[in-house]
Amino acid sequence: MTTDTAVGRFGRYGGRYVPETLVPALLELEEAYAKAQQDASFGEEVTRVLREYVGRPTTLTPAHRLTEAWGGAQVWLKREDLAHTGAHKINNTVGQVLLARRMGKKRIIAETGAGQHGVATATACALFGLPCEVFMGALDVERQALNVFRMRALGAVVRPVESGSRTLKDAMNEAMRVWVSQVQDTYYVIGSAAGPHPYPTIVRDFQSVIGREIRAQTLATMGRLPDAIIACVGGGSNAIGALHPFIPDTAVRLVGVEAAGHGLDSGQHGASLTLGTEGVLHGSRSLVLQDEHGQIQEAHSISAGLDYPGVGPELAHLAKTGRMEVRTATDDDALTAFYEVARTEGILPALETSHAFAAARSLARDMGKGKHLVINCSGRGDKDVATISARGVPPATGVKS
Amino acid sequence: MSTELGKAFAKAKARGEGALVAYAMAGDPDLPKSVDVFAAMVEGGADVLEIGVAFSDPIADGPVIQAASERALKAGATLRRVLDEVVPEVRRRCPETPLVIMTYVNVVMAMGEERYAKLARERGISGTILPDLPPEESAGIRAAFDKEGVDLVPLCAPTTPPARAEAIAKDARGFVYCVSVAGVTGMRAELPPDLSQRLDLVKRAASVPVVAGFGISNADTARPLVAHADGVVVGSALVKAAHSDGPAAAKQLCADIKRGLKR
Ligand SMILES: Cc1ncc(COP(=O)(O)O)c(C=O)c1O
Repeated sequence: MTTDTAVGRFGRYGGRYVPETLVPALLELEEAYAKAQQDASFGEEVTRVLREYVGRPTTLTPAHRLTEAWGGAQVWLKREDLAHTGAHKINNTVGQVLLARRMGKKRIIAETGAGQHGVATATACALFGLPCEVFMGALDVERQALNVFRMRALGAVVRPVESGSRTLKDAMNEAMRVWVSQVQDTYYVIGSAAGPHPYPTIVRDFQSVIGREIRAQTLATMGRLPDAIIACVGGGSNAIGALHPFIPDTAVRLVGVEAAGHGLDSGQHGASLTLGTEGVLHGSRSLVLQDEHGQIQEAHSISAGLDYPGVGPELAHLAKTGRMEVRTATDDDALTAFYEVARTEGILPALETSHAFAAARSLARDMGKGKHLVINCSGRGDKDVATISARGVPPATGVKS
Repeated sequence: MSTELGKAFAKAKARGEGALVAYAMAGDPDLPKSVDVFAAMVEGGADVLEIGVAFSDPIADGPVIQAASERALKAGATLRRVLDEVVPEVRRRCPETPLVIMTYVNVVMAMGEERYAKLARERGISGTILPDLPPEESAGIRAAFDKEGVDLVPLCAPTTPPARAEAIAKDARGFVYCVSVAGVTGMRAELPPDLSQRLDLVKRAASVPVVAGFGISNADTARPLVAHADGVVVGSALVKAAHSDGPAAAKQLCADIKRGLKR
């Protein structure tokens, strides 16, 4: 039973670093998931719910005015913001809650940062009739009031977490602690492609519907695969979902964008792929923001969904092996991009997504004309309006006052 | 492998007692004062000391130890400083008592497992408990520890299936840490009724002593376990006593629990 490179590894990263109490639950989950995958009816049910309820496939929108404004590659938007509940998170929660039901679990717990995953979990629980508790850092409870309301309206209990930095990482600690205590009848829906094996694989598989659709849609509209795909990276679920189906297509550039917060040299950022070092956080070995003594550092991003000091192990592997390029965008870059997208395309992207847009501009220019760039629009910005409007709204464009 | 741990358990047994493995957080409230807590616990009768090294994200710990970790980190209790400043001082004041470090895997990995094992041996550490390192992930670290004779103490949980529990017990170093409740560290009014059977099973398979831990806070919770385990681990209750009333309170509590451990 003692092998150093157990299942669930992506190169050096991944694994299952959790209290022994949880190991049997993770083994049970691994087995249940393998069985579900072999059972065609499970996949069909997930697909049916995604089609009938979530609104998949989401569209691939040509961004004509952004393409023109940037003067480089042709820009396309994969519209996860149009999925039910307003972000990609629902792809994963529908899959996991269906899996939990199959496993006969009686209740669901989840952690959330921006609240999108909490809302998506609460939604899936409402749809399938399971009680739901969501752990959320107390700071995030303050800055994501709309999503707190949505979770409560959907019948979920929101538990503010006061320990540590009072953000996503602490919410995840608390969810794990509670899971340890109630592991027999409780299913923990992890919201990103992080955590102990088999979560990074399960979440990636459920989110890969994004990339599979991009593939089919680009083949249909461009007659070929795109030249690059770009996505923001918090824990990495929207990124791995959009990028994973293209890993073997080496002509397709895969680009992840991390939060540079107040700047990479400010010490206040969420750039674990860029500046993290190897470590263990929340059950997997990956790249994490930590000090020389192995204490996890607090991340910072204007977007609660990117405010996380770790990253999913598969993305760490893709970044270290060079298959994925990693870029960063600061808080200010993201805000600028938010208004640019709002005013050129009529779309209010989530602050997380705004990071992808911020880095996409220079990427599109580097790529040049005649190339195709897909930006994964991971979510819509409604949840962020309080944060954004608190900084003042720039005056209207093209209107005489 | 450490012989010190085995001797400490044998001594307690010869006296007709279960062993008390007493936990406190190094650096809580500061580094020197935590040394006083460890020394007081030995005066109260502790047979083995478990020295907690704080981690920022302690997923296996309940509120009492979480809060102690935060205090210790504020006081600058890094693994390096605990090994350099706390452990030698505890060793000097309690030369007979084996010392075990309890921390999380990331803290050891950050130092480097080989470097840690070497330093730990040099400072007189007999064993190490890493609650987030299950057997599947432990081979590399265990090999590094074995080389230096620092025991990697495995944990066994109430959710561990019997065959897996036996495999863990057979393969154990130092002692087997049987987690009494499915949950995090913290005091409990009652322990699960099937705990004694679980301890019996692990004890049959193990070639090293077996202790029960998590939720044990006084003589009453400890007493029924003596027939099934070689000892108990007490953590949160001692951390709480030391935090609110100082070393003397921790000493008093150790003495009380030791009375409960008489066979
Ligand atoms: C819209 C949106 N995008 C991205 C993220 C970041 O998560 P991940 O990196 O797992 O896609 C979040 C997380 O809350 C989000 O709400």
